[in-house]
Formats: sequence, C-alpha cells, structure tokens
Amino acid sequence: MARTLFEKVWDPHVVLEEDGLALLYVDLHLVHEVTSAQAFEGLRLAGRRVRRPELTVATMDHNVPTLPGPVTDPMAKAQLDALRANTEQFGIRLHGTGSGHEGIVHVIGPELGLTQPGKTIVCGDSHTSTHGALGALAFGIGTSEVEHVLATQTLYQQRPRTMLLEFAGERPPGLTAKDLILGAIGQVGVDAGVGYVVEYGGEAIRALSMEERMTVCNMTIEWGARAGMIAPDETTFAYLEGREHAPQGADWERAVERWRSLGSDAGATYDAHVVVDVADLVPQVTWGTNPGMVVPVTGSVPNPASYDDPNDRAAAERALAYMDLRPGQAIQEIRIDKVFIGSCTNSRIEDLRAAAAIVEGRTVDPKVTALVVPGSAQVRRQAEDEGLDRIFVDAGFEWRLAGCSMCLGMNPDTLEPGERCASTSNRNFEGRQGRGGRTHLVSPQMAAAAALHGRFVDVRALDHEPVTV
Amino acid sequence: MKPLRTVTGRVAVLDRPDVDTDQIIPKQFLKRIERTGYGKFLFQDWRFDEDGNEHPGFELNRPEFRNASILLAGRNFGCGSSREHAAWALQDYGFDAVVAPSFGDIFRTNAGKIGMLAITLPEDEVGRLMESIDLDTGSEMTVDLERRVIVAPDGREVPFAFDEATRERILNGLDDIALTLEHEDAIAAYEATHSIA
Repeated sequence: MARTLFEKVWDPHVVLEEDGLALLYVDLHLVHEVTSAQAFEGLRLAGRRVRRPELTVATMDHNVPTLPGPVTDPMAKAQLDALRANTEQFGIRLHGTGSGHEGIVHVIGPELGLTQPGKTIVCGDSHTSTHGALGALAFGIGTSEVEHVLATQTLYQQRPRTMLLEFAGERPPGLTAKDLILGAIGQVGVDAGVGYVVEYGGEAIRALSMEERMTVCNMTIEWGARAGMIAPDETTFAYLEGREHAPQGADWERAVERWRSLGSDAGATYDAHVVVDVADLVPQVTWGTNPGMVVPVTGSVPNPASYDDPNDRAAAERALAYMDLRPGQAIQEIRIDKVFIGSCTNSRIEDLRAAAAIVEGRTVDPKVTALVVPGSAQVRRQAEDEGLDRIFVDAGFEWRLAGCSMCLGMNPDTLEPGERCASTSNRNFEGRQGRGGRTHLVSPQMAAAAALHGRFVDVRALDHEPVTV
Repeated sequence: MKPLRTVTGRVAVLDRPDVDTDQIIPKQFLKRIERTGYGKFLFQDWRFDEDGNEHPGFELNRPEFRNASILLAGRNFGCGSSREHAAWALQDYGFDAVVAPSFGDIFRTNAGKIGMLAITLPEDEVGRLMESIDLDTGSEMTVDLERRVIVAPDGREVPFAFDEATRERILNGLDDIALTLEHEDAIAAYEATHSIA
C-alpha cells in the first residue's frame, strides 16, 4: 500500500500501541536551558536516570547575552548553571557558550549532522518543527514530556492526521522561503494545522535549498501543526554529507539508500490536501499580533470591518490598537525603530548572505538600530570568513554573538515599549520581543532593506546590484 | 499528580481567539527553575499595567470571574510556544479545567500531563455555554471527567470526548513515567533491534 513520508518515519518507531496511543521511540532529544531544569529535577526526585544520554544533546541559546561578557541577569545565570550541572550529572553532551559549537538548538542540530532523514526528534521548544526539513519527524514538547523522554526515550502519542500542503507553481524571482510560509499562513489561518503533521510538497519546495526548507518547516507551528516534513532528496544529502555526526564511508552510502525510499509513494493519501499558489505571492509583512495577520508589502493594513467573523473582527481591532496602525495605511509608510536579523527561522549562512547582498555599500537609516545575530558560533565564523561581518558593520549593523536574541526577549536584546521592529523571527505576538514592543515579521532581505530605508520597502523594486568598492 | 474526578466551581469567560502562551505567561517568568508559583504571573501584561495595577477591562479582573476554577475560552487557545509554564500558571491560579473549541496541540498535551482538563467542544456549544453565564453575578458549572459531561449553569448536560489514557491517568492521579517504565522490556527489545546513528 502506498505510504506517506510521515507513515514511513512513524511506523518503524512504534514500540507498542495501547488504548489508541502509540509509544513512540525518540532518536534524538535536544535540550536547552529554559524548559529542562524542572525535568531534571523531576528525575532526581524520583531517583531516575537518563535512559539514553548519548541520544541527548544540549545547548544554551534562549537567555544567553549576544554581547561578549558574563551573564549579568542572576535568573538567567542560575538557569544556565543548572543546565551545565544537570548535563554533567546525567552524562549529556553540552554545546555550551564558548564551546565553538553553541547556538540556537534548531540551527546546530542540522549543522552538526545530528538531524537526519527518518529520525524522530523532540525538544522542549515548539520550533522543533524546523528539523522536519530534512525528512525527520520532529516536534516540540513540554517539560513533563521532556522528563518522560529523558527517563524512557519514548513518548505516548496519538497518531496525528496527515496533510499535504502543496506549493503550486514556480517561485517568482525575489520571493523568499519566508514569504512562501508567511503567505501560506495568511491564506490557511493560524489554526489550520491543529492535529496534523504536514508534508510540504510541490515544485517550489523541491527547488528550495536545505536552509530555505528549514525556514518553511520552522514556521509550521505558527499555523498549528506540530510537525512539518519535506521528503529528503539530493539537496538533503548534499547538505548532510561530511557533517560531523552524519554517517561516513560505507555507512553513508547505506544511509542515503535508505533515505531515498522515505519520500511519499505515488498514490499515497493524506487526510487533508491544501494548495497554495506560489506564482501570485509577493514579499510579505505582518501587520498584526499573530503570523496569519499578514499582507503583501505592496498592500495596506486591513480594515477590521471587512472581517465576517465577530471574533476575528475584535481580534483585528485589538491588534491594530496594540500595533498603533490605522486601517488602510500603506505598509510602505510604516516606519521602524529596530531591525532584527536572526532567530531559528532566519539566522543561517544563506540568510546572512542574502541580507548582506542588500546591505553592501549602503548605510542603515540613522534612526534605526539594527542587529545581526548569527544562529550559531559556526555560522558566525563562516560569515566572518566570507567577510559578511564587515559588510554589516560598515553599513551600521551590530554584529552579535550566537543566540535566540531578540526573537523572544529572554536576554538583554529586547524592544522598549512602543518600539517597532522589522524582524526575521517567527512570532509577532504581543510583547514577544519586549513588553509593548511591535513586531513585523519579514524575510532577511526585507529586514535588510527596511534597515536602510527606515521603513518597509519592496525589496524587489530596489536596485540591489552589489556595489563595487 | 493529584487525582481529579470532578470540577465544580465558578466560571470565567475569555472569549478571544488564538490566545497564545506568550500572553498566558510572558517570557520573563520562564527563567525560574521552579515548577510552582506561576499563578500570580498569569496573563501578566493583560492583567496588570506596568506599575502592577490591575487593568479593569481585562476579563479575569471582573469581580464575578474571581476565584474561577473553569475557563471558557476561544478557539486555538494556548497556541504558540511549548512552554508548560502556561499550563502551570493557569493551574496555579486556580483553573482545573479549560473548555474551548480547539487548543494548541502542545498546550493540550501539557495540560493533560499536569492534570488540568483541556476539553474541546464544538464552537457553537462553547458559545452556548458562554451565553449561559450570568455576567452580573457570575455562574457555577461542573466538569465531570468520570461521566465525561459538563453540567451547565442551567442544569443542561453537555457530553464531551476525552482521550481514554489521559482520562484514566488523571482520574487516578498516576505518574505516567512509572506507567511507561512498566513496558521497559518492550523498550529494551526495541532498542536491541534498532541501532541509531
């Protein structure tokens, strides 16, 4: 019988089934400082061990400062110290600050070759969906489940329904992976994926680079699906080959052969099938307080009166009040105070290259504070080897150390009340980047262009031939 | 986990769609390494202004919703971040049950793990329950997990579905890790035949 990618990953990981639940084996458990302390404490209180420490990998990302120097926030320090002590006590690998391999958990997993097609991967973080870009089944879990996985290497899971989200047509020039996923969320709504595992398909997906696929899968949780997956192909294998934890030699050949068979069979069926037309999409900018409140950069802020559902209308009115925007206001009139290029959505080397290409030889608007925060220490080194840091710094950007930074405001990088930010992160929720802060989600290219102009501009309309110096 | 069979108590209504976990418990409280004491930070930015004064317009600050143990909420409640702190904060504040047309998947799982009932009902049914609440005096309701029914303020019974394994665990206050470890042989047998790179 024809099977989907999801079924080919799920089925062989079922240890047993009872009461309609599957006990699913976990191949890789990623851990960070914010959602693990209580889980380790639970193990200690119950006198339990970590069942497979060698399948567990930890890093520090959420509350690390991105400027050099010690952690001055005593609560953040206590949490980071707890992670160090916990990983030592339970024998877990930690890529801690200063190790050279630290970074955002969803950046370092693929980068180190830990993330592989066909694996089941969990982490106490909703953006674990990112790893599905390589054909893994990867989803976020809460702290109780973190403790359960530490103790048993398994999770009880209800078998999710399956959905194919097909991007139909060819990607127009100048349209990024971020625009694809923001555009899709705008069309389907922020709860369309609840209860589903989504497979992204279509020609536009096949043509994406590995890192672009990560951007798409990263935002799966923003429309309610816990996991998003993309069938592994030559792009996946080329990305993984030679990475530190990827199989080597004859093992590599065998692995690739196995991974090739993971793609959904012709005729495989899904519980739902959604088509998003790519040809009509243009660069996207969010205007509201969830990622589905999004419009083309050529558009304007919608009028709440245009919504049929009274709940949606009220939500739009609240969003406009919070964002201090008027119905009908052109997106390109909106001025910004800060620019954040970073986060597990858009902080990889290709993101930084794309932003640098817009910025090169130009200057950040004098009223704008602009940050570039590489997703990992390794991305930072590579960017410096390529001279991208000079391009950013010369233009007036701050070039920071790796971490989650301004995506979620758990570290010193935050918005002040009332500040407006063009951000390459994944959530524009109220207060996400700092109480009273106003977030507009965009691609790295659009964020870079906004930094130069002090407002949103259509990056496709800019003359961004590299300036020769 | 304490066993929970029935919740009877005052009802609060938060009729907004897509309430995300960043609102339920803002990020600054995620730096704590304890599992308890989050209730006073619940909906911090919606409940309080920057000086710590209550926003009179926020639903949970209404006098008739005080000391509520059941929350009626809008669709996609608890979307966003995986932070279990959101479920901890609601429970610590006093909620033993949340009833909504749909939930963020991770939030719903987290609630089940700590013995807080996340109950899904059709949107029009949640709407009828909301309408049955007396907004002047407040109302009481019962959520009966044993019989899987909600008893509305007017006495009407509304059945709900609830996953059986989670129901058993909550009714009996069982530790799910201990339950899983009863299958340790099956896990070990799986490991013996599946090597992981």
